[in-house]
Amino acid sequence: MESTVAIATTPAIETKLRAEHIYMSFTRDGESMPVLEDINLEVGNGEFLCLLGPSGCGKSTLLSIIAGFLSPTSGEVKIDGEIVRGPDPRRIFVFQERGVFPWLTVEGNIGFGLFKLTRAERDRRIAHYIKMVGLEGFEKSYPSELSGGMKQRLEVARALAVNPDVLFLDEPFGALDSITRLIMRGELLRIWEAERKTIIFVTHDIDEAVQLADRVAVMSARPGRIQQIVNIDIPHPRDINSPRYLELRTGIFNQIGLAHHL
Amino acid sequence: MTALVESRKWEKFFWPVLVSAALLALWHFSVVWTATKVFPSPLDVERGFIGLLHKNVLWKDIADSLRRVALGFGAAAVLGIPTGLVLGWYPAIDQVVNPTMQVLRPISPIAWIPVAIIFFGVGDAAAVFLIFLASFFPIVVACVDGVSNVPSVFRRAGRNFGLTPVQLLTRVVFPAALPQIIIGLRIALGISWLVVVAAEMIAVDSGLGYLVIDSRNSGKHYDLVVAAMLIIGVIGLLLDTGFRGLEKIRSVRWGFRHEY
Repeated sequence: MESTVAIATTPAIETKLRAEHIYMSFTRDGESMPVLEDINLEVGNGEFLCLLGPSGCGKSTLLSIIAGFLSPTSGEVKIDGEIVRGPDPRRIFVFQERGVFPWLTVEGNIGFGLFKLTRAERDRRIAHYIKMVGLEGFEKSYPSELSGGMKQRLEVARALAVNPDVLFLDEPFGALDSITRLIMRGELLRIWEAERKTIIFVTHDIDEAVQLADRVAVMSARPGRIQQIVNIDIPHPRDINSPRYLELRTGIFNQIGLAHHL
Repeated sequence: MTALVESRKWEKFFWPVLVSAALLALWHFSVVWTATKVFPSPLDVERGFIGLLHKNVLWKDIADSLRRVALGFGAAAVLGIPTGLVLGWYPAIDQVVNPTMQVLRPISPIAWIPVAIIFFGVGDAAAVFLIFLASFFPIVVACVDGVSNVPSVFRRAGRNFGLTPVQLLTRVVFPAALPQIIIGLRIALGISWLVVVAAEMIAVDSGLGYLVIDSRNSGKHYDLVVAAMLIIGVIGLLLDTGFRGLEKIRSVRWGFRHEY
């Protein structure tokens, strides 16, 4: 069965980001708990990579380390050959929808990171990204007046507005209902195809990973290791009923050790 | 709206008015039935109130009380908000200062009156100092809580966009904590209004508190005492209502609702 899963450890394109021998442990009650063990990962420029794993496997911790919010116990992350030492506006982290600032309007949120630009340029970018994520007419609205999906689009727009090279998305659609989630995946792919950012997307949803990613890094349960990297060799737009889609999906199901019958 | 059935418009006015009228009647008849010579009836108080309105002193007393609150509460806000923000921002400093604050905080401002008089003598400054003390601690505590309750996603997002620490404080932490700070200010203002009356009874010779105590001392004018008490209540209500208006400002309103 595993032979049908295309395995790719390195991307075909130039490397944007490289994680080398990342180890992470947290101390709890005086005892050291390993969370991540020897994570090695390479992500190509403009690639869409999904980190997939069961909850508690350390995938969000890994993303926080890559984004520079946490320092690993050992190992290092290099982006464009430079060691990551902290968060950087060139790489924006998108939280679940609760990351938008409730005290700012839609415009204010999108313009939040643009304080170094001139007024005219800022307004131009805000208008551009409001249009891109389909929030026209809500410029003066506050997040409390928006739906969950709209808040999530707002956060993506706020991230894109500063023109980062890399986007980190930590289960961004986890809090949305399943229909909105499907729509948002389509929207994200459309934006990704237009802007070609490098994206690292954390999820525990196998379908989500196979629908979105170029490659899926499957992680084991804690302590998290990368079990396998699966190449999703289906062109977009993906037919989620195609034999290849089902085959890859099945392969990952088996990899994680899940049965197909409930 | 917690009520399942929203009350009709006339009911919103009818029942409160009825209850007030019933209490006034109870008061009136209690005075009549007990035939007290000391305690005034509502009609005596009304006459006393009209008498006060004709004397120019009342307006001066109100203005004096409001001025003292404005100074004491204003100074507490100006000093307390930055202090609270810093303590919330640097938990290490908070740990050092917190025990002292926790001891000073439960001391009633009334207990400070003798100390205030030693420091400032009998006069405005002593009253203003007492109001300052009374409102400073609630403001500081609200700011510390507000800052330490700012969700870490907001701080992370702020850092991610390349904000300096000062920008992070002014553009993320302060607006995120503002709803809690406003609640603290409102509580502090309420306490200030309680304290100014007490302070004026002892430390100064003008203001609404002085009006209460002076009406009693100069010939047991209990009609004026009660009239002054009611004026204090109404002004306190107006201050609180005015402050509640702040909670409706759009950039803080999110903090006063359960959804968001």
